[in-house]
Order: sequence, then structure tokens, then C-alpha cells
Amino acid sequence: MLSQQVNTQAAGLEISNTNRIGAALFALLFGSFMLYATVFSHSEILHNAAHDTRHAVTAPCH
Amino acid sequence: MLTRILLAAILAGVLSGVFVTAVQALRVTPLILEAETYENSGGATDTHSHEAGTADHHDAEAWAPENGIERTLYTMLSNVLVGVSFSLILIAGVLLTKSALSFKSGLVWGLCGFIAFVLAPNFGLSPELPGMDAADLGESQIWWVMTVTATSAALMIFAFKRQILWMLAGLVLLVAPHIYGAPLPAGHDSIVPANLAAEFAIATIVTSFLFWLVLGGLLGWLVQRTVSGKSGNEAIQ
Repeated sequence: MLSQQVNTQAAGLEISNTNRIGAALFALLFGSFMLYATVFSHSEILHNAAHDTRHAVTAPCH
Repeated sequence: MLTRILLAAILAGVLSGVFVTAVQALRVTPLILEAETYENSGGATDTHSHEAGTADHHDAEAWAPENGIERTLYTMLSNVLVGVSFSLILIAGVLLTKSALSFKSGLVWGLCGFIAFVLAPNFGLSPELPGMDAADLGESQIWWVMTVTATSAALMIFAFKRQILWMLAGLVLLVAPHIYGAPLPAGHDSIVPANLAAEFAIATIVTSFLFWLVLGGLLGWLVQRTVSGKSGNEAIQ
């Protein structure tokens, strides 16, 4: 059990905190931006292209 | 290592986006298409909800994919983009909280994503079919984003904090958007039959549930494989 926890930490994060938080923020911002462009954009063309997805993920669409 | 974790998350998003396109084809897409027949049937529908000065959303001039294979391909593309977006948002939470991932814990992250991104906003804003009366788009989007953010923060607090004050703050974040209330449509004179809207609500929620479980499970499994290397021992539980 104990060795498993140590393993978990070792395998999970032999990564510096700065890099880890940097990567997390990058993922969060990039993901949010892409989500915004796909399901929230007011552009008519983007709306039409992603129309069924916007309805399917139950984002406000119209 | 971080790059490979992010790539694993992107792969999980792509695969779950393709998966959900197939699931949507069973119930969700046919219901959208059926609702559009009411929306486009003209006549009485022209009087619904569009005040002077607010352009109709489905402008005739604007490009739209042709019905059929083209529309399906664009839907798959946007499902993949949405899948990757959600996957990156999940992995951001995993990295920020230094959590270890496995197939099983990935399912839990997926379930939390479903609660934050589907259940919570749908408690205020029902799944919307083309042709249904809806509240102001901008206001609805702002409420949606606030609700998703507050619910995600609440779930993070419940998962990672134990102090009573934190718990209370989490509870406030969870209920505040619903006490404030989602923007409501001006009326309920929808041109789409009510049973269609009800079927659509169930279909989207079940489909989204499957999507989030597949996304979470895949993300956990792929990231675990990435982190533990090819040897694939049971390093991460």
C-alpha cells in the first residue's frame, strides 16, 4: 500500500510544479477557447457548421 | 512527459468525439432533423418570437453544410473539437490537483464533467431544439458559463477539501446559479411539439452521459499508459 502510494507520486509527477501548473493552465485556456469557438460563437458560419453539436451538448444555441 | 500527457488527452477527446457522433445518430440527430421540419414549415411559425430588428438565426444567405454526409462530417468535426476541449479541461483539473489517473478514476472525472457541464446547466436551461422559444442567447451563454464554472469549483472543493468552511463555500457555489436563476424565454409558444422536446431532453442527457463516461475512461486509461510507460505496471491506482 505504502509502496503503491510512493509509486503513484513518482510515476504521476516527476515534473516540476511550474511546468505542471503551466501545462494545466495551457490546457484549460486552449480547451476553453476551442469550446467557445465551437459551441458559443455568434458567427453564422461557425454556428451552421457546428449546429447539431451545439444542440447535442445542450449549449444555448439560438 | 507533460507533452505526452497532453497528447494522450487530445487523443481521448478525438476518440470520444467520434464515438459520440455515432451515438447521436441514434436519437439526437433524428430529433433535431424532425424539429427542423416544424421550424422550416413557415406559415404560422413566422410570428414566433422574433421581434423586429432581431434577425432570424437561420439566415438564408449564410453558408451551411448540405444535409446528409456533409452535415454529418461537420458535426463529427465539431464533436471532435468539443471532445478535445472537454478532455483538455479535464486534464487541466487532473494536473492542477496532482491527481493520479487510471481507467477507474478517469470514469469519476468524467462523471464530474457530466454533472458540471450537463446536469447543472440543464437544471436551469432545458435542452433546446431548433424552433423552440429560448431566452436571449448572450444571457443564456453567460449563465451557462457561470453555472459550469461554479459547479466545477464546487465539485473540486468537495473532492479535495475537508474543512467545514470550504464545504459551505462549495455548497454556495453549487446552488447560487439556480437561486439567481437561468434567463427564461419570453413565452412558451414553441412550434415544436412538447413530446419531441421531452424526447430530446432525455436523448441528449443519456447521450452526453455516455460521452462523458467514455471520455473520462479513455482519458484515464491513456494517461495511465503514458505515465507508467510501456512496461504498464500497476503504478497508478
